Amino acid sequence: MALSRRTLLGLAAGVPVSAALAACGSSGPSKSGDEATYWYLNGQPQEGVRAGAVDAFNKAHPKEQIKDTTFQNDAYKTKIKTAIGAGQAPTIIWGWGGGTLRTYVEAGQVEDLTSWFGEHSEVKKRLFPSSFGAATVDGKIYAMPCEAVQPIILYYNRKVFDQVGVEPPKSWGDIMALVPKFNAKGIAPFSLGGQSRWTNMMWLEFLFDRIGGPQLFQAIIEGEKNAWSNPDAITALTKMQELVKAHGFVKGFSSITADSNADQALLYTGRAAMMLHGAWSYGIQKSDGGDFVSSGALGYMTFPPVEGGKGDPSDTVGNPAQYLSISSKASAEQKKIAKDFFATGVLQDEEVKKWIDTGSVPIRLGTEKLLAASKSADFLQFTYDIASKAKVFGQSWDQALSPTAAESLLDNIAKLFQLSISPQQFASNLNAVTGK
Amino acid sequence: MSALTGHPPRREPRGILPWLAAPALVVFVGFAVIPLVGVFALSFTTWDGIGAIHPSGLTSWRAVLTDPGLPHALWVTFLVMAVSWAVQTPLSILLGTFLAGRQRYRAVLGVVYFVPLTLSSAAIAIAYKALLDPNFGLGAGLKIRVLSQDWLGRPGLAFGVVIFVVSWQFVPFHSLIYQGGVQQIPKSLYEAAQLDGAGRIRQFFSITLPQLKYTVITSSTLMVVGSLTFFDLIFVLTEGGPGDATRVLALDMYKQGFQASLMGPASAIAVILVLVGLALALLLRRLGGRDAGASQLEGA
Repeated sequence: MALSRRTLLGLAAGVPVSAALAACGSSGPSKSGDEATYWYLNGQPQEGVRAGAVDAFNKAHPKEQIKDTTFQNDAYKTKIKTAIGAGQAPTIIWGWGGGTLRTYVEAGQVEDLTSWFGEHSEVKKRLFPSSFGAATVDGKIYAMPCEAVQPIILYYNRKVFDQVGVEPPKSWGDIMALVPKFNAKGIAPFSLGGQSRWTNMMWLEFLFDRIGGPQLFQAIIEGEKNAWSNPDAITALTKMQELVKAHGFVKGFSSITADSNADQALLYTGRAAMMLHGAWSYGIQKSDGGDFVSSGALGYMTFPPVEGGKGDPSDTVGNPAQYLSISSKASAEQKKIAKDFFATGVLQDEEVKKWIDTGSVPIRLGTEKLLAASKSADFLQFTYDIASKAKVFGQSWDQALSPTAAESLLDNIAKLFQLSISPQQFASNLNAVTGK
Repeated sequence: MSALTGHPPRREPRGILPWLAAPALVVFVGFAVIPLVGVFALSFTTWDGIGAIHPSGLTSWRAVLTDPGLPHALWVTFLVMAVSWAVQTPLSILLGTFLAGRQRYRAVLGVVYFVPLTLSSAAIAIAYKALLDPNFGLGAGLKIRVLSQDWLGRPGLAFGVVIFVVSWQFVPFHSLIYQGGVQQIPKSLYEAAQLDGAGRIRQFFSITLPQLKYTVITSSTLMVVGSLTFFDLIFVLTEGGPGDATRVLALDMYKQGFQASLMGPASAIAVILVLVGLALALLLRRLGGRDAGASQLEGA
């Protein structure tokens, strides 16, 4: 008898643990019944637009509810991969398409939406056709393009340019000539959130294109042998390090994270003269920078050509859109809610208006009038022209490549900017991993 | 020890002792042994964390052992361990000895010193990151030249900052251990020393330090093995940067596994971490002599 009581006590002590373990397993979002879950990035003003679309959908569909959760950009990139791998993915997976989407597809983790888009051709027809490229893997569509087109833009602070008495750069030579002039006045030539690494990558994306043309990176994506050692690539990497060595970037750039928006603050507070950043930066400058944008102090331009380079100056890189996929592990009801959201909740008139208000060009067709009527009409027209007239709209490298190659790329880019590896070492390090 | 030799062994009811260990055993097996076996198995596979797991023999191990990043990460880990030990131990002993005094003001100061230990590593890292920001931090804000360095952007400085913040966080804990240790030292030893004319400093080196031998070993083991798993603080503070200047082994493992989707090599690094940790713990026990469990104090 005594022994059995002890057995019970022992079991009782063990039970909370196993109960807790079981709870860990079942509390995951994808199994929570009839409610669809949706994870996306936080940070205003974009977060508000995303949340607004969900709220509007929930109000209009009392029986179909979407529960949204927000994450920081850099943290989200790891979180979502881990959650998908653990079978705990949200119903609606927010992402960047491209190489990461391909890994989800190859693992059978996301729904094939090709036939759904066939049945709902009206949904497909109202979006920019160019936005479907990064949503397509091996001829099938696995994601719904959404939100706005986000090319990378060279921003500058007009007040600072006036103060120093210089003109915006028209070539790489101009950039290198501007650097000492700003440094002499104690103003950083370029702001950069270098700890996030993809921020540094945007520079290389443009230098590679302007110097070697789009075929230079295309060869890398296609896994061509020693593609990183192309003489044009070495030239681009060398020019990059020349700018770092000339103190082209703000002091301490390698410890600044883009998630904190400190890089944006450097530009609108006039501590830095220029910044290469995504089109979303306009909205941040507008909401955080006081009267910086409304007073017309924010200047913007495309990345200038490099002397003797092969790339077309209209070429751009960035995010052709954002992408929403549906987890294949979600229940039938959850999938239905997600699809209804795609059809009647994504990029509806109200959301389109809000994107335009933040200074973004939503990927819905036929918004020209709204764009022209906006307070940010000039910037929107500028973005729209880039997106519609670019000869090549390259996808961000870290999203176009597989996660493994992307991590190696970002790692080596950080070291390149740290001047701890030479362009040749950079090329040979990456030659060893691309194509894998 | 004397209980066993001096008295007949007390009879324990059979069967109760194993059951008392059961809850701890369940937790240990569930959260330590099973994951460890799993990680060991994963290190012989190829897995991107999302798709199917494919056995691949020694591929992951070959990749990890030939990666020039591994010796670097091991070296950084070793440096963090050695330097943070060398900084923390003397500070903790001195603070612990100071706090062992019975005066009221020492108790008050003790509470103040203890505050960092109650904060989470992530919060500490975020706070220091903000304070040390080269453009918007303390130095820039107060216009103090010395403080406005590129603290986290230059390899040597960033390493120093990591050591400083780690010490700031953990010195209170080790001071507490030493405080307890010092308070256990019998008063009679000091009284005798005073009669012999030994001053405070002489007393410290001749009585306090030797009597603390086993406390030093305990605290050092915690520091050394603990420093192998430094992750959260460094991750938030520098993310291993600039470049890979502060990329310790635990961070390398995370980056390989969760950022580069290479779970196989990440598991191999995890196994290396476990082995290094075990080896160090055993080594420290050896250093303490065979009777490390015995007390140095009379009457205890």
